[in-house]
Amino acid sequence: MGVVQNLFEDGYITTTVDGFLNYCRASSIWPMTFGLACCAIEMIQYYSAPQHDFDRFGTVPRPSPRQSDLLLVAGTLTKKMAPIVRRVYDQMPEPRYVIAMGSCAGSGGIFNTYSVVQGVDNIIPVDVYIPGCPPRPEALMNGIIKLQEKIKKEHYIRK
Amino acid sequence: MDPLQIAKMVEEKFAGQVLDTTTYAGQVSIMVKKDLIRDICLYLKDDPSLKMDHLADLTAVDYSTYPGDTGLRFEVVYNLISIEYRHRIRLKVRVPEEDPRVDTVSSIWQTANWHERETFDLMGIKFDGHPDLRRILLPEDWEGHPLRKEYPLKGY
Repeated sequence: MGVVQNLFEDGYITTTVDGFLNYCRASSIWPMTFGLACCAIEMIQYYSAPQHDFDRFGTVPRPSPRQSDLLLVAGTLTKKMAPIVRRVYDQMPEPRYVIAMGSCAGSGGIFNTYSVVQGVDNIIPVDVYIPGCPPRPEALMNGIIKLQEKIKKEHYIRK
Repeated sequence: MDPLQIAKMVEEKFAGQVLDTTTYAGQVSIMVKKDLIRDICLYLKDDPSLKMDHLADLTAVDYSTYPGDTGLRFEVVYNLISIEYRHRIRLKVRVPEEDPRVDTVSSIWQTANWHERETFDLMGIKFDGHPDLRRILLPEDWEGHPLRKEYPLKGY
């Protein structure tokens, strides 16, 4: 503080542009929820049930890729569904992030078969993997906090 | 009506078409030749004392690795129910490996349309006269039929 202390009136803070923008963005991650299997049921429950209440992190489910920041892929991705996930991802404006929720989205899980994509990262880049079958609500919460930490480390003015 | 009596009626109506009648756990299955399958189904549906108005399931079995089985490779199975009379019967048709085709019943029961597409998709049985025999579960450019015994677990 030092030099700028008591320089401004009350109600002003000093920060960096990156710090301010990243704080705003990390606090309003709107996920495009892409429920594919049983993890989707869990995800819906985590978002809407009062005991977890993910809205307090600013993550409000937004069922439109064009208005969301995060693609939350929850469940088993089949080869038939893969082009659709890719198209949804392509529709999202940058900067965009991806969370792979559950064993199936992360690696194919137990479905080591002909019809299942062995991990969403074969189709789109993934930022956070959340293991579990299905993950506990705390795990999904932790994944979102991890993503917030990642967003807060980004640089805008000079990439 | 007792399912064995249904089997008997079919046998009398279509002489020489019924190859075998088996009972397992009170369920009666009739093995028939594939040529008149449409006529047999139509009879089962339209006869006022049978009224098999509901095709509960249509599927296929691959017998290529079945121990002791000497018949043709594929078997198409029709599970029929009469909602009014509460009786059931199972029809079975064997089709050969080199030319697995059988006449469609999708014009008799509408639900057979998608069931036959699924059977075609996963087992490779072709249904003659089907209005739209495309894959239904797998992507359209898929190779092979995954429920056949020789299909590798991870695909081609």
